[in-house]
Amino acid sequence: MSTTVTKKLMLFFPRCECEKPIIYHLVKDYDLIVNVFRAKVTPEEEGYLVLDVTGTEANIEQALEFVRTFNVTVNYAGKGVAWDADRCTHCGHCVPHCPTAALHVADRGTMEVAFDEAKCIECLACIKVCPYGACSSAF
Amino acid sequence: MKTYADINRRIEAGRAVVMTAEEIIGYVEQKGATAAAAEVDVVTTATFGPMCSSGCVLNFGHSKPKIRMTEAWVEDVLVYTGLAAVDVYLGATQLRHNDPANMYYPGEFRYGGGHVIEDLVAGKELQLFALSYGTDEYPLRELRTYFTIQDLNQAIMVNPRNCYQNYNVAVNDSDRVLYTYMGRLDPNRRNANYCSAGQLSPLLNDPLYETIGVGTSVWLAGARGHVYAEGTQHAGACPRTEQDVPRGAAGTLALTGDMKRMRPEFVRGVSLTGYGVSLGLGVGVPIPILNERILKRTCVRDRDIQAPIVDYSSDYPNRSSRVLGYTDYETLKSGEIEIEGKRVVVGSLSSYARAREIAALLADEIRRGEFLLAEPQQRLPVDGRMKPLTIRPPAT
Repeated sequence: MSTTVTKKLMLFFPRCECEKPIIYHLVKDYDLIVNVFRAKVTPEEEGYLVLDVTGTEANIEQALEFVRTFNVTVNYAGKGVAWDADRCTHCGHCVPHCPTAALHVADRGTMEVAFDEAKCIECLACIKVCPYGACSSAF
Repeated sequence: MKTYADINRRIEAGRAVVMTAEEIIGYVEQKGATAAAAEVDVVTTATFGPMCSSGCVLNFGHSKPKIRMTEAWVEDVLVYTGLAAVDVYLGATQLRHNDPANMYYPGEFRYGGGHVIEDLVAGKELQLFALSYGTDEYPLRELRTYFTIQDLNQAIMVNPRNCYQNYNVAVNDSDRVLYTYMGRLDPNRRNANYCSAGQLSPLLNDPLYETIGVGTSVWLAGARGHVYAEGTQHAGACPRTEQDVPRGAAGTLALTGDMKRMRPEFVRGVSLTGYGVSLGLGVGVPIPILNERILKRTCVRDRDIQAPIVDYSSDYPNRSSRVLGYTDYETLKSGEIEIEGKRVVVGSLSSYARAREIAALLADEIRRGEFLLAEPQQRLPVDGRMKPLTIRPPAT
C-alpha cells in the first residue's frame, strides 16, 4: 500500500455547484479522509470550504481533477486565515485565545509572536482579539 | 561621576558607550557596577503599547475664503476645534461618526482617532470636513477637502499621559467574558493580561525620576520628542519595593514630538473589541549613566518588578482597592501565572519585541551621534497621590 499524505486545501465553489455532494464523492470514490475546518455558503450562494484531505498522492490528484470538473477553484495554500507579519506588533494578546497554539510566542527571550499555519483550525478567535487587525479571513 | 555635557561630548564625537536596558544587566553582572558605571554613558529604555491619552494638534493653514472651524472631522472622526481658526486637536480614543459603539455588544471599533493618526503618519490622503457659523473675517461656513500630513503646517503629537511606570495584571472573576482596555478577559480567571515592557520600560529603569524629567529628550515613534510635563495621574507616592520599584501604576510622562518625522510602524491604530479605539505607540527614553546609583537602577530585571493582579469584573469598575496578589514580569512573560493555586494563561497588550527593537534603534542613533541627551529642567514629583473623583451635591 502506498503511503498517505495530508494536504490542507481551500476550495471555492461557484454559485451553481453548492448543492452538489462533492465532498461525499471524495470519501466514497477516492478513499480520502476529510477533515473540514470551516465551510460557508455566502448569500450569493457561493461556497468556501477549508479542509484537510488524507490519502495517497494519486488519489488526491484524481479527486482534485474530479472537483475541478465542477469549476471549483482549488487553493493548495489552504489559507482561510491569514496573519500579516507586517501588521502584527507582537503584543501577544492573541496567544491565550488561540486554541491550538498556531499563534504562539516563538521565543520567550524576545517575546516575538509567530503563526504556524499548519496548526490553525480556523476558529477565527484571533480576528476578534487582535487589536491591530493583523489576522484576517478569506471568507 | 559624569555630567550631561560630558556624555553629550562623547556622543558628538561618536565615542559614547551605549547599551539597552536588557544588555546592561549581563554586562554589569560581568564587569561589576563600578567599572561599568565609569565605562557606560547611556542605557536605552523603551516601550510599545496602547497609550490612550495620546493625540495631536494639527494646523491646516487657511482656505480661500477663510474659515474659523467650529466643528470638524478628519475621516469622519470628530476633532476638537475650541482653539484658533484652523487649529484642531485629534484624540486617539475618538470614535468615528456613526460608530455604533457597544450598541451591538461587543462593538468592533474598527476605525477611530488612533487609526487617523496612524494614517496621517503613513502619509495617506485624508478627508477634512469642517463647519462654521461664519464671521466677518472668516466668512466660509462649510468646507470639504483632502490633505496629507505634508500639506499641514504642523502636526505635533501632544500626549498628556504615556509610559505608565507599571500596571495592573487584569483578570476576570465573573462568569461572563469581559471586553476591556486590557483586552479580552475570559470568565473565572481563565486568562490574565498585562501591559508593560518590564525591565525595558523607561520609568522602571529610573524609578525615582532622577534623570527623566520635564525637558528630557525622548524617541517618540522615531521622531525626537520631549517630556513636556508630568503625565496626568502621575502619582509618585506609591508602594515600592526595597529597590524603590513601584508595585503599581505610579509615574507617567506627558510627551510631545513632531509627527512629520515619525515612523508609521511605531504609530498604530488600536481596535479593542467591546472597549473602543486607541493608539499603539513606541517610545524610547535614554538614561544617562551619571553615576553608579543610576546605573544600578537600570539593571532592574523582570523578576524584580512586581505587578498587582486586579479583578476587572467588579473590583476595578467599583474602585475597590482590592488586589488579588502580586506577580512579577519574569513569571508573566513565561506565559502562565498562579493565582490562589490556579494556573492562569497570560497574554499581553504591550509588545516586548517592539520595545527591544526601539531600545536598539535608539542606542544606534546615540552611537552614531544623532541623538543628544537633554538635561531635565524640572524633576517629576516623587510625592503626590492620585485623587479620586467624588460625586457630590454642590458645596454651597
